[in-house]
Amino acid sequence: MIVAFNLNGKQVSTDVAPDTPLLWVLRDTLGMTGTKFGCGKALCGACTVHLNGQATRSCQTPIGVVAGQKVTTIEGIPMTHPVKKAWVALDVPQCGYCQSGQMMSAAALLASNRKPTDADIDAFMSGNICRCGTYTRIRAAIKAAAA
Amino acid sequence: MEITSKPARRDFLKASAAVGGGLSLGVSLTLGSKVAAAKVASQQKTVATNSPNAWIKIGTDNTITIMCARSEMGQDVYTSMPILVAEELGVDVNKVKVEFAEPAEVYINALLGGQITGGSTSVRDAWEKLRKAGASARMMLVGAAAKEWGVDAATLKVTSDGVVTGPGGKKATFGSLAEAASKMEVPKDVPLKPYGSWTQIANKAQKRLDTKAKVEGTTALFGIDTKVPGMLYAAVVMPPMIGGKVASYDDSRAKNMPGVKAVVQYSRGVAVVADSYWQAKKAKDLLQVTWDEGPNANNDMRKVWSGLKEASMQPGAVFREGGDVDAAMKGAARLFEATYELPFLSHSPLETMNTVADVRTNGVTIITPTQFQQLVPFVVAGAVGMKPEQIKVVTTFLGGGFGRRVEVDYTIDAAEISKAVGAPVKMLWSREDDMTHDSYRPGGYYKVQMAVDAAGKPVAYRYHGTSPSISSRLFPSIVKDGIDPFSVEAIDNFPYAVKNHKLTYQMFDAGITPGYWRGVSHNLNAYVVEGFIDEVAHAVGKDPIQYRIDNLEYEGEKHKWSGLSAGIPVGGRMKTVLEQVREKAGWMKAKLPDGRGQGVAVMEGYNTVMAAVVELSVTKAYDVIIDKVTYVVDAGPLVHPDQALAQIESCTIFGMSACLYGEITVKNGGVEQTNFDQYRVVRMNEAPKSMAVHFLSPAKDQPPGGLGEPATAVIQAAIGNAIFAATGIRVRKMPFSPENIKGASMKA
Repeated sequence: MIVAFNLNGKQVSTDVAPDTPLLWVLRDTLGMTGTKFGCGKALCGACTVHLNGQATRSCQTPIGVVAGQKVTTIEGIPMTHPVKKAWVALDVPQCGYCQSGQMMSAAALLASNRKPTDADIDAFMSGNICRCGTYTRIRAAIKAAAA
Repeated sequence: MEITSKPARRDFLKASAAVGGGLSLGVSLTLGSKVAAAKVASQQKTVATNSPNAWIKIGTDNTITIMCARSEMGQDVYTSMPILVAEELGVDVNKVKVEFAEPAEVYINALLGGQITGGSTSVRDAWEKLRKAGASARMMLVGAAAKEWGVDAATLKVTSDGVVTGPGGKKATFGSLAEAASKMEVPKDVPLKPYGSWTQIANKAQKRLDTKAKVEGTTALFGIDTKVPGMLYAAVVMPPMIGGKVASYDDSRAKNMPGVKAVVQYSRGVAVVADSYWQAKKAKDLLQVTWDEGPNANNDMRKVWSGLKEASMQPGAVFREGGDVDAAMKGAARLFEATYELPFLSHSPLETMNTVADVRTNGVTIITPTQFQQLVPFVVAGAVGMKPEQIKVVTTFLGGGFGRRVEVDYTIDAAEISKAVGAPVKMLWSREDDMTHDSYRPGGYYKVQMAVDAAGKPVAYRYHGTSPSISSRLFPSIVKDGIDPFSVEAIDNFPYAVKNHKLTYQMFDAGITPGYWRGVSHNLNAYVVEGFIDEVAHAVGKDPIQYRIDNLEYEGEKHKWSGLSAGIPVGGRMKTVLEQVREKAGWMKAKLPDGRGQGVAVMEGYNTVMAAVVELSVTKAYDVIIDKVTYVVDAGPLVHPDQALAQIESCTIFGMSACLYGEITVKNGGVEQTNFDQYRVVRMNEAPKSMAVHFLSPAKDQPPGGLGEPATAVIQAAIGNAIFAATGIRVRKMPFSPENIKGASMKA
C-alpha cells in the first residue's frame, strides 16, 4: 500500500504493508535511524516521534494511520532548538541510545507547557526509559530549555 | 534448510592465572573435535605501550585522529581516552577526530588480558599507556622538526592544533612532519608532565566529544543502525528454556510471507531472513518450532532456591581466614547471624543484541556493538569455518553494555545466518529475545555471623556465600580451588578488622546462565557485608557510621583474590570518606518524620573508595522513595570530571533499578520476564530528588580508580540500610519491593 505523509516538512511516500509500524518505515525504508527500537510495546519511549505535534510511540503506530499526517522525528528538530541546545550544554547523553526519544518527549512537553514543574516533568517523561540513568540531567536540561 | 557448523558456545575462553593487579585471559577456541588454539594474549608478553602509531593517525592535511580502543557504551571512553593522549601530545582534544580501533594486540587491556571493555578498567589501564603514547608521538614530531631545522628540540613548541613552531617564526604542521617522525626511533622512556600540572586532564569544563552526534539523531551509529549494500534482515526464534535446542520446525506459513527470502536453522535457533525487519518479524511469529528442552526443562524458582540453600550446607572454599572463629564465637558476649537472598538480574541495555554479518567465501565482516571485539574473530572463524585473520570486526557505538556485550554469542548467530543465506544480514533481537536470552547477574544465598565482646567490638566473623560462578563458564582457568575471583569481590577485601574470621564461597549452578553484570559480585557481597555490619551496629547501640570507622582495618595482608581492587586494606581512605559523608549528608542532624530515614554504606572496589548516605521515605504501602543521595568518592585523579560525576549518577539509577525492582525468575526452564512491563526499571519519576557527589582531591601520584561500576553496589546497600532506619524493618531479601518489605516486617 502506498502511503504518503509529511516527514520533517517534506512529502514522502512509501510502499509497505499497512500494518508496518512507522518505526520500521522510518528506520529501514527511509533510512532515518535516529528513531530507535527499544521494546516494541510502547513501554520504553525510545521510538518517540511527533505525530501532528503529539509525542507518539512509532513502534505502535501502523503506517496506514500516518497517511496524510505530519510526522516529525529527531532529524527534524534543528540543533538550534532549545531542547537540543540544552542537551548539548548539559552533556545529557551517555550511551545516547534513548536520547532521541527523550528529546522528542521533552520537545512535546515544552510545546504544551512552557514552564513545566518537577511533577509535570515526572508525569510526561516517565514513559521514556534511560538505562544509563541520565534522568537528573534530563530534568535539568528540560528546565534549561524552558528558561 | 541449512545447518551450519556448530561451534562449542561455552567455555570458549581459557585464561591464565590471575596475576598481580589484574587478570590475564588468553583465548582459545574449541571447534568440535578440532581445537584451534589462538592465543591472543599471554601474561608474559609485554604489550608494546610505546608505539604511538597505534594510537594516533596524522593526515597530510593535519587531521589528527586518536584511536579509541575501548567500546563507548555511555561511560565516556570516546572522550576520556583521547584526553590522555592529547594531554601529552600537546593538541587540544576538541580539535581531534576519534575512531574506534579494530582488534589488535597493542590494544589489549593489561588489567584484563584482552581487548575488553569492562571491570571499570579503561582509564586505569590507559592512564600511563596513553599519556606515554601521546608524549612519544610529540617527541618524535618535534624531533623531526628539530632535525629538519637543525635546532635543539627543546627550543620548539607545539600549538593546540598540531603545529610545531620554532625560532625565527619557523612552522611545520604535524601532517608535514608525520612521515619523517614515523622513521624516528620510538623513545624508550619518555617523561610525562608532572603529576597535577595538566591542562586537559581534570578539566571541569571539558565536554563529551560524542554529545553532538548523539543529539543530532542519525550521526552516532549504533549497531542497530548499520546498513551495508545488499543487506537482508533476520528475526530469530530461540529456545524459550535455557539450554534448549531446536528439535524440528514447520516453516510452511512463515516462508510464504511477503518479503521472506529464507528460513534457516542455526546453532541456537531458527532465523527468518527477509527484505525488511518487520517482514522478518511478522513471519517469525508464524514459525512452529518444537524444542528439545534440555536439562533445565523443569527448572523453576523453587528448585533454584532449594538448590542454593542445599548447596550452602557445603563447607565451601576458604578464600580468607584468620584466627579461630569457632572458639571466638563460643566465648563471645553476643552472637548475631543472618541470611540474605539476592535475586537474578537482567542487563537489558536499551539497544537489544544485534549484529551485521557479511560472510563471503574469502572473508567475513562483522559490524557489532561489542565490549569484547578481540574475541569475535575467533568465535566467528569457528562458526563459519575460516581463520581468525579472515574476520574483520568493526565496533559501533553501544546502546548500553553493562557487561552483556562482553558475551559474543550474538555475533556467532549473525555469522551463521549470513553464511546460510549467502548475503549480508542484520540480525536483531526483539526485547523479548533479549530479556529471555541474557546472561544474568547470578542470585545468591548468604549466611553471615558476627560475634562481639561486651563492649560491642567485633571478635569473630563468618561469611559463607553460595552463588553461581560466572567465570567457570567464561574464563574457567581463573577459577582456582573452588573460588571464582568474580564471586568474592567486596568480601575478599572485607574492610573491617575482625581478628577471627573465615570467609568461604560455594559454587552452585542454578540452571540460569550467569553473566558479568555492572559491578559483578560487588553488588552481592557489598549488600551483605554493609547490611550486616549495619545490623550489628544498631544491635549494639552504636551509630552506624562511627561503628564502621571504629572497626576499619588499616593494615594487614594483601587480599589474595582481589584482582581488580586495591588489593590491600584501605582503612585510612575509608575513614576519610565516611567522615566526610557524615558531614556532607547532614547525618542524623535533623529529626526526620516517621517513615523517613538515612542509611550509609562504604566500599572499596576497582581501587575506588566511596561512601554513600541515602535518605529515603517508605510509604504506608511500602513503596520506597529516594529523597536524597550523598556520595564522597576517593577515585584519584578524574580524567574527565563531569563524566566521572555522570558515572556516579548512572550507577545510582542502575543500582536503584536492581535493588528496588529487579528480579529475574524462571519457570519451565525459561525466563519469565519478557519486557519492561515485567522487568521494571527506574523511570524519571523515581529518580532521586536530590543527588550530591563530592570527589576527594587525589593524593600525590595517586592513580585513577575505576568509576563505571562501584556506586552500583554501594547505593543498594545504603538503600537497604536506610529502609531499616526509616521503618525498623531489615530486608534481607532483594528486591526491596513492597511485598518483600512487608514480608520482612512480618518475620521481625
